[in-house]
Amino acid sequence: MTRDDFVWMAGGPQGSGVDSAANIFGRACCYGGLHVYGKREYHSNIKGLHSYFQIRVSAREVRADVERVDMLCAFDAETVVRHIWEVAQSGGVICDAEALGTRISDILTLPPPFWTEFNKRLIEEGTKPQTVGDLLREAERKKVSVYPVPYTELLRSVAQKIGEEKLSRLTRMLNVLALGVSFALADYPKQMVERAIAAIFSGRQRIIDMNFLALGMAYDYTKSKFDGFSHKLNTFQTDEKRIFVQGTQAVALGKLLGGCRMQTYYPITPAADESEYLEENQLLETTSQQTEGSIIVMQTEDEIAAINMASGAALTGTRAATSTSGPGFSLMVEGLGWAGNNEVPVVVTYYQRGAPSTGLPTRHGQSDLRFVIHASHGEFPRIVLCSGDIEECFYDAARVFNYAERYQMPAIQLIDKALANSNKSYALFNPDRVRIERGQLLSEADVKSQEYRRFKFTESGLSPRLPLGTSGAVFWCTGYEHSELGHISEEPIDRTRMLEKRMKKLETADKEIPIEERVNFFGDLDASSTIVSWGSPKGAIVEAMERLRQEGYKINFIQVRMPHPLPREYIAEVLGRAKKKIIIEGNYSAQLAGIIREQTGIIMDYCVLKWSGRPMYVDEVYEAVKSIIQDKAPKRQVLSHGA
Amino acid sequence: MALKLSDYRTPVFGDWCPGCGNFGILSALHMALTDLQLPPSKVAIFSGVGCHSKLPHLVNTYGVETLHGRTLPFAIGAKLANPDLEVLAVMGDGDGLGIGAGHFVNAGRRNVDMTVLIHDNGVYGLTKGQASPTLRLGLRTKALPKPNINEGINPIATALAAGHTFIARGYAFDTRHLKEMIKAGIKHNGLAVIIVQQPCPTYNDINTKEWYGGEDRPDPKTGKPVPRVYRLEETGYDGVVRKPEEAFTKHIAALTKAQEWGDKIPIGIFYQNEMVPTYQERISARIPTYLTNPPSKQTISDVEGRPVTSLGKMLTELQVTGFEG
Repeated sequence: MTRDDFVWMAGGPQGSGVDSAANIFGRACCYGGLHVYGKREYHSNIKGLHSYFQIRVSAREVRADVERVDMLCAFDAETVVRHIWEVAQSGGVICDAEALGTRISDILTLPPPFWTEFNKRLIEEGTKPQTVGDLLREAERKKVSVYPVPYTELLRSVAQKIGEEKLSRLTRMLNVLALGVSFALADYPKQMVERAIAAIFSGRQRIIDMNFLALGMAYDYTKSKFDGFSHKLNTFQTDEKRIFVQGTQAVALGKLLGGCRMQTYYPITPAADESEYLEENQLLETTSQQTEGSIIVMQTEDEIAAINMASGAALTGTRAATSTSGPGFSLMVEGLGWAGNNEVPVVVTYYQRGAPSTGLPTRHGQSDLRFVIHASHGEFPRIVLCSGDIEECFYDAARVFNYAERYQMPAIQLIDKALANSNKSYALFNPDRVRIERGQLLSEADVKSQEYRRFKFTESGLSPRLPLGTSGAVFWCTGYEHSELGHISEEPIDRTRMLEKRMKKLETADKEIPIEERVNFFGDLDASSTIVSWGSPKGAIVEAMERLRQEGYKINFIQVRMPHPLPREYIAEVLGRAKKKIIIEGNYSAQLAGIIREQTGIIMDYCVLKWSGRPMYVDEVYEAVKSIIQDKAPKRQVLSHGA
Repeated sequence: MALKLSDYRTPVFGDWCPGCGNFGILSALHMALTDLQLPPSKVAIFSGVGCHSKLPHLVNTYGVETLHGRTLPFAIGAKLANPDLEVLAVMGDGDGLGIGAGHFVNAGRRNVDMTVLIHDNGVYGLTKGQASPTLRLGLRTKALPKPNINEGINPIATALAAGHTFIARGYAFDTRHLKEMIKAGIKHNGLAVIIVQQPCPTYNDINTKEWYGGEDRPDPKTGKPVPRVYRLEETGYDGVVRKPEEAFTKHIAALTKAQEWGDKIPIGIFYQNEMVPTYQERISARIPTYLTNPPSKQTISDVEGRPVTSLGKMLTELQVTGFEG
């Protein structure tokens, strides 16, 4: 590799195989011992609108995207027009030779705001390209290499070789041709790509054979037609066991390991992938039992049913969860309050996306932190856990059940689209790191000789919990305020004590949960600048900090993993030492900064915010933080990178 | 030792209005549980929000008063997680057919083995007498400022259209008959819907106990009231599907019978079809161990808290480096 990392981007109309191309690309790089981070961007649309996948690979761990594309692999003319400006100097563009003649103004799927930006750029650059070819010639002037590939011709030869008469049946293979050209240009061993194809199409030999053939032809064509590309992809030997995993998969795996046995959901982007993966894998192998385990995955009629069905299951002692996004959680809110009032350990996996309302269903957002902390009428305790990367998604998905059950309250794992739809290579997740803690869970033997009080008053606020259906006892639940037995009570004495009992559990949780589970700390304790953030910006921040450290800047970073209950003292202590306090969040109003201010009295000095619907990129975070350290920054910076 | 009626009672005071149909429904339920000798810990009664929803507090079984309209999701969640439970879902007419109508219709697609009671009195009692979804167009019950502007929905026909597999009607003050309906519903292999006609002595001054009893229309010969409510089974009506080919005709017959209202109100089983697989059977087809090792019974960790779930197969599918050999 001539550079530390390599960024490949594949783009095309939705439904054209961008996803599977990216999946193969990422996996093939993984097989060669490279670290991979891949991010998917797509429209709320089934077919035709533009989507792209950006994959960054390196010999060292990569955690986020950078503002640069080394190789743009365009499946259509629109991809070239949209992304040409991102291609780095000495980068390359692979495109369909037939697209060169396409008039830019004929691309109907490009929306009006795009044209405004596009025309502005053309004026700045003083050019007037009419066609995709004109645009690429301009790029070549900036040392970008252009590789037009006659895809139709190549497809025709593939068709001939396999005896397929209808070319239209093979259009799905365009992505493998594009992959072949990409990898051949980067001089990457073909067998790695073949392994990835074989793994992804496992069990479908005819498809594998056809793809191998197409891949080989693309390699041969590239080697014979084009001079080598400036960047090469090297392979690295590694003995480390690694996986290549998507955010929603990591959550599903964590849930299964954590003992989740009932999952409810109503279809919503970007949460539904998790439930589908769970359903595919609903039969579970277990280590200590002869019997198989299993999870029921239930698609409900709406999100109201989803959360309440999960609560119904949780009452029986089952670890139960529901998975959703903003609009779905909005519907769940009343059910959340019921679970809070009845001390039900229901788990909600919440994938944030661009909001409010339908917002940006397929795009990133981080604007629901305040919402999950305050959702539903009245005061009741809950725990909110925010995962910062895909690996944390896994461990948190298991751990969140411990919090829910130990403290007998709803627990929310707050994730975002940037984690849900990204893939990353990781050292194999370690199930041994996970422990299951069920709190004060009673069984039949414990309730034999005494009247059972489900909501018994205790010092900690925690009443020993009995699964509904246990022999030898009964209990009642109600959405009303209630007595220790669970019967309706409007008496001031019950009301006063019962609400306090519930709220006390949050204090108990706050006291008991160790700080290591609630924050991650990066950097030097004595640094003069402190970044505070939560969720997916973690990746970009950690990489930006590495760059800044190499330049001699000392910064530290508190990644808040549990914003509720907030580890107030810890945050106050670290921030108390900082000369510059910087909040970085994917929303408009700096929600975590507000919560910190409310609970510690500390005002963050600088805000770095973004709500464009795209995740944070390493470079923009680096620039923003650097400008703050150098006293060149305004109090509030708004980031905007990403197409 | 046999369980007695008193074993199913609780000391909680039933705070319904004097003469409320809920007392009859409660009494029928107590009797049905006693007849079936169901152990209290095996039974879970779910309710929504409204006058009806206080019922579980008066029954000595597991009782869960949920949210307005949300009885079914809670009840289904508990039943699927612990299929050994005998689950009853009690709903009001506004609760089950208004705010919770979506759940009622979708429950018909699933046929989860449990029993649903809908208390139908035509009004929202607890909020002081507004029209419920079953009140007919143009009627003006006591608390309505104007006659009802909406048509009432037909709960029996709605249940049929939704695909429910046991549909019956009972009357709150014919407790013996209602008891039998509840028992038949509990025994039904699938979801049983029982619509219970119930006077609201405070807010429904049209469909009163006297009205159901026909006291406004004495027999000209005997001078005795001619009750509006009559028992279907006494007319030779048989809604039970015994062969698959009967399903369609019996469905149509039930739909026709469901139109009767006003002068003649049939109670009894309108339709029953046990040939439709229950949701539990559908899950078992996918998860062979479902009934022997359901979600609520599964061991998820060892004594030290180590998870027992093995992710081996899934992680192998995702693995990209470090293969052995």
